[in-house]
Amino acid sequence: MSVSPVDLPVAGSRSLKGGIELAEEGTTKTGRVKRRLTSRRATFAAVIIAVLWTTPTFGLLISSFRPAEEIRTTGWWTFFSNPALTLDNYQDVLFSSSQASPQLGAYFVNSLSIAIPGTIFPLVIASMAAYAFAWIKFKGSSVLFILVFALQIVPLQMALIPLLQTFGVILRPGQEWLHDVIPSIPEQNFLPIWIAHTIFALPLAIFLLHNFISEIPGEVIEAARVDGASHMQVFLRIVLPLALPAIASFAIFQFLWVWNDLLVALIFSGGTQDAAPLTQRLAELTGTRGQDWQRLTAAAFVSLVVPLIVFFGLQRYFVRGLLAGSTKG
Amino acid sequence: MTTADLIGKILQVAGGLAIFAAVVGLVLFLVDKAPKRQRDYVVLAAFVGPALVLLFGGLIYPAIRTTALAFFSRTGDPVGFENFIWAFTQPDAVRTLVNTVIWVILVPTISTIAGLAYAVFIDKSRGEKFFKALVFMPMAISFVGAGIIWKFVYDYKSQGREQIGVLNAIVVAFGGEPVQWLQTSPLNTFLLIAVMVWIQTGFAMVVLSAAIKGVPVEQLEAAQLDGTNAWQRFRNVTVPGIRGSLVVVVTTISIATLKVFDIVRTMTAGNFDTSVVANEMYTQAFRANEPGRGAALAVILFILVLPIVIYNVRVLRSQKEVR
Repeated sequence: MSVSPVDLPVAGSRSLKGGIELAEEGTTKTGRVKRRLTSRRATFAAVIIAVLWTTPTFGLLISSFRPAEEIRTTGWWTFFSNPALTLDNYQDVLFSSSQASPQLGAYFVNSLSIAIPGTIFPLVIASMAAYAFAWIKFKGSSVLFILVFALQIVPLQMALIPLLQTFGVILRPGQEWLHDVIPSIPEQNFLPIWIAHTIFALPLAIFLLHNFISEIPGEVIEAARVDGASHMQVFLRIVLPLALPAIASFAIFQFLWVWNDLLVALIFSGGTQDAAPLTQRLAELTGTRGQDWQRLTAAAFVSLVVPLIVFFGLQRYFVRGLLAGSTKG
Repeated sequence: MTTADLIGKILQVAGGLAIFAAVVGLVLFLVDKAPKRQRDYVVLAAFVGPALVLLFGGLIYPAIRTTALAFFSRTGDPVGFENFIWAFTQPDAVRTLVNTVIWVILVPTISTIAGLAYAVFIDKSRGEKFFKALVFMPMAISFVGAGIIWKFVYDYKSQGREQIGVLNAIVVAFGGEPVQWLQTSPLNTFLLIAVMVWIQTGFAMVVLSAAIKGVPVEQLEAAQLDGTNAWQRFRNVTVPGIRGSLVVVVTTISIATLKVFDIVRTMTAGNFDTSVVANEMYTQAFRANEPGRGAALAVILFILVLPIVIYNVRVLRSQKEVR
């Protein structure tokens, strides 16, 4: 269920390359004057929508810096008449070791520990498979590729129950053994959740990367093959460097997808400090401490910081990646 | 978190990545050393093999198992279609299905209209980039984070106390009584839907905005010379010009909506008549110890998604042919 950058019928794929960037295009002087006369109401409506869309996040952000007592008793908008700022909430949710604190530090590390390999593993495996589907001729290649493509329509809910059982049989003994050998690695390690994320990422990743890799000019690859380059050399020296933009876009999408995921974590992480990511901890907090707003607001922002940095820092890649994979799962 | 825990985690990540890199490197190295005659097969197995093994073991086989599981009771006895009959007759389960239908009708419609309107309003305006970023931003954050943001908006304090949720504060300011938004059915379902709309509008807006810029200026100018007003131009030139993108946006959001889980889980956990199929699937299979029912719901989800995906693929293909 993907919409690949190549496939999106938005006036050819060129419009996607620019994504948000394209905005500046077509601002001619005469046009601007004409528009200023006609679009007052439209601008007004746009501002309304923009305010409506931003206020909830803004309110949460302000609240996360307000003292606990004030959050409990007054609305965040009173901040403007009575500004009082504190970092206590963040101090509390991240570093406090008291029982009441959500102790997010550990979960933050978990989220990173899940998301980084959870991005690299599927990308490597998928780009190799995509290369093979695109440039190694073999019987049944197209049938297999269509099968992989079709797998995108299987919601991951379809796989969860049996996969958990399989992991219990196959991975569990290995995890226990590892814990015996290296005690600082807990029995509930990251392995199941890495593998789960890798599996669920593959259909979309192979499909998207194949679209990109198959468009590399055939002459380039054939020339290298004729010169005696092996598939490995072609893959490492020619295909990977050329496919880097596509890989980067998908990497960002996959990283955010894993970082923001809740369902896979709930089922495969075990739910403790050992392996559970931020999202799972947050979901738990809203259930058990739904009224501790000084903690919830700060905790929510701890989890939002990384996606927001990616969003504002890598906006162009971000847009491309998101458009490519927005319905994964 | 103790230092030992941290070291354990760093060990896992570093070790995991190192082992993975070593295995991939070794495989690539050995492939080149394979005897010439079988080399092609070895290369093929090394490149496609891992992906196929993972997909078969982790997706195809489990999906088949899940389908089979849907016909068994929790004790492992075959029960025919009983789990499906449960899903379509038991009041709570029916409620779940009805909610899912409401979600999948409202979210794509409202998000697409709002996204399109916004894209048109800010098109070529000054600060377009900035305006886009504001509405697109929710797309970056997790559904869980969005759930908390909106739970705060919907917060309720008993009457007489100062409201800290924006919505109740507004209600009280206009002289109303505060409402327990998330506990009041059926209103709560619509309030959860608002969260999904809040997230998906940005997606619709970005795709449609790009499409609008692809509509030929000459066509718009020609229509203008014919004396049409802005609305007529929008209706008769722009909308037909972006039809393909509209279909993609609607179907994409529909699929995402059918699978919505995190929002419901975080905000109400499916209580107060707000459950949807994906959430109920999780609850039945992993909380209520009813894997048969959970599997049946997963199958229902699959069947609901299927036609939308097929339609999407067909539209994409016909678009490609036109081009």
